[in-house]
Amino acid sequence: MSAKRAAICAVAQLPFEKAIWHKRIQEMCFDVVEPVLEQTGVKFCKKPGDGGIRSIVTVSDDVFDARTISNNAIQDAVGAHNRGEDKVAMDGINAIAYAVSCILSGHDDLILLVGHCKESQAESRNMCTNLAFDPFYLRPLGLDFETLNALQARDYMAKSGVTDEHLAKVVVRSRRNAAKNPVANARDEVTMEEVMNSPMAYDPLRELHIYPQSDGAIAMLIAGEDRVKEFTGKPVWVSGFGNCMDSYFPGDKDLASNFPLKKAAKLAYRMAGVTDPAKEFDFAELNDAAAYQLPMWAEGVGLCADGAGGEWIDGGGMEKMNVNPSGGMLAGNPIMLGGLARAAELVIQLRGDAGERQVAGARRGVANGTTGAAGQLQSVLVLENDRAGR
Amino acid sequence: MNQDKGEKYKDAYVVDGKLALPYQYFAGTVGSKFLIALRDKREILGVRCDTCGKVYVPPRQVCEKDFEDLGDKWVMLGNTGVVTNFTIVHKDDKHRPRKAPYILAMIKLDGADTAIPHVLEMVQPENVEIGMEVKAVFSSEPTNTILDIDHFEPVL
Ligand SMILES: [Zn+2]
Repeated sequence: MSAKRAAICAVAQLPFEKAIWHKRIQEMCFDVVEPVLEQTGVKFCKKPGDGGIRSIVTVSDDVFDARTISNNAIQDAVGAHNRGEDKVAMDGINAIAYAVSCILSGHDDLILLVGHCKESQAESRNMCTNLAFDPFYLRPLGLDFETLNALQARDYMAKSGVTDEHLAKVVVRSRRNAAKNPVANARDEVTMEEVMNSPMAYDPLRELHIYPQSDGAIAMLIAGEDRVKEFTGKPVWVSGFGNCMDSYFPGDKDLASNFPLKKAAKLAYRMAGVTDPAKEFDFAELNDAAAYQLPMWAEGVGLCADGAGGEWIDGGGMEKMNVNPSGGMLAGNPIMLGGLARAAELVIQLRGDAGERQVAGARRGVANGTTGAAGQLQSVLVLENDRAGR
Repeated sequence: MNQDKGEKYKDAYVVDGKLALPYQYFAGTVGSKFLIALRDKREILGVRCDTCGKVYVPPRQVCEKDFEDLGDKWVMLGNTGVVTNFTIVHKDDKHRPRKAPYILAMIKLDGADTAIPHVLEMVQPENVEIGMEVKAVFSSEPTNTILDIDHFEPVL
């Protein structure tokens, strides 16, 4: 029998670092699976029908792991041996949707989700993302996610009145919030002057505007409504999801249009019954791989009017709407886990477990994840707790 | 690889490796015609969708909006165009086509509706402007990729 709703019952994150060089990917995965087992008391299935975990969804990338079928290497560490496993090679926020689909379809009622990514092991993460581009027209020009983001930044900043000073504000605030987040990577505070004097990396993006190299892992337990009580008294319900893909060739599209995020948000909000995102969310986690993406994604998910990102920052929009209490992706998550880490922060906040960065009375939040450069695939997730009253 | 190991990790070993795979990519029938014209005739070709009117470069078989087959809808584009966007790359990396700093620009060729990224030379970074007119400079040696255009430079 299929469930009508699914909830995230537990989350664990390996503290994100510039280089977790001394742990293999297997150990990183196991280090997040174990706390999920401990938090919930869930067991792996030994016999059909014994109520244990039988389905695992993993998140990883072949190029970052430098081995094909990257999920094969971690089967033992995530308990997948002799059980079912599927891999999502996209931002891990999409794996939540995959897990929920498995539950709502009746395929299973319990999913263990495990994502890992080490950006540190390749000589440069930009060499990895260069391989995302086609070999004839784009790859030879050295395009990678950071340079394409810089092109999007120029278009977006011109459209929305976002300045170098606005970007500095975003970075300063990210670090301040990250200082209160024990799993964040970049937790050292920086000043406006330090950001505005940071060397240019790719005009208009400075080095401090770009998220730091990061390694990490995240696990979650997701269950159908009928089983949630076995594992937690504080379920976080998945109430909406949508995603949308933009063109592959960067020159085909208006990089500042935000259309895939707007469309993904529309789909997620229709599912979640959200009609006024600027009022109905207590907080948001936006996947800002570079500082300009925070206001751009805020526009896309409807926290801010289209084209008004600069004014919105000046008016205190980031603070009023509790955007990125975790510090955001700017504080450092590996590329495959950016949106999944945003979702993890939503879960922690909605469980009331966020300590000194807790958003008081949080009931409903929105997160986005991005796959590819310049938000080529946008995914939007709405999560809520029992206080949301549905 | 040198790591700051400390006592706890003194025996930890990091092995140098490399993912290297010689590979042959089929350019596609549309891509082949484009690359051959670029290499042998120094012509830049696009394709036009009769339904939406959009001229695509690089060319492709199907319009992503209308699913129209564009395989024989060739149009000749100019070797000149305008800069629609740019960044100045200040960081060196092995996959990059030039030593930093260099200009990576988006260029809309005359007759095209889409832009292509390419290296912009013969202009100081502080003098690049959106709307600047530029022309293709072809490479002396064939590469069988878009680098058969060596770079773009301002039309003087
Ligand atoms: Zn068309």
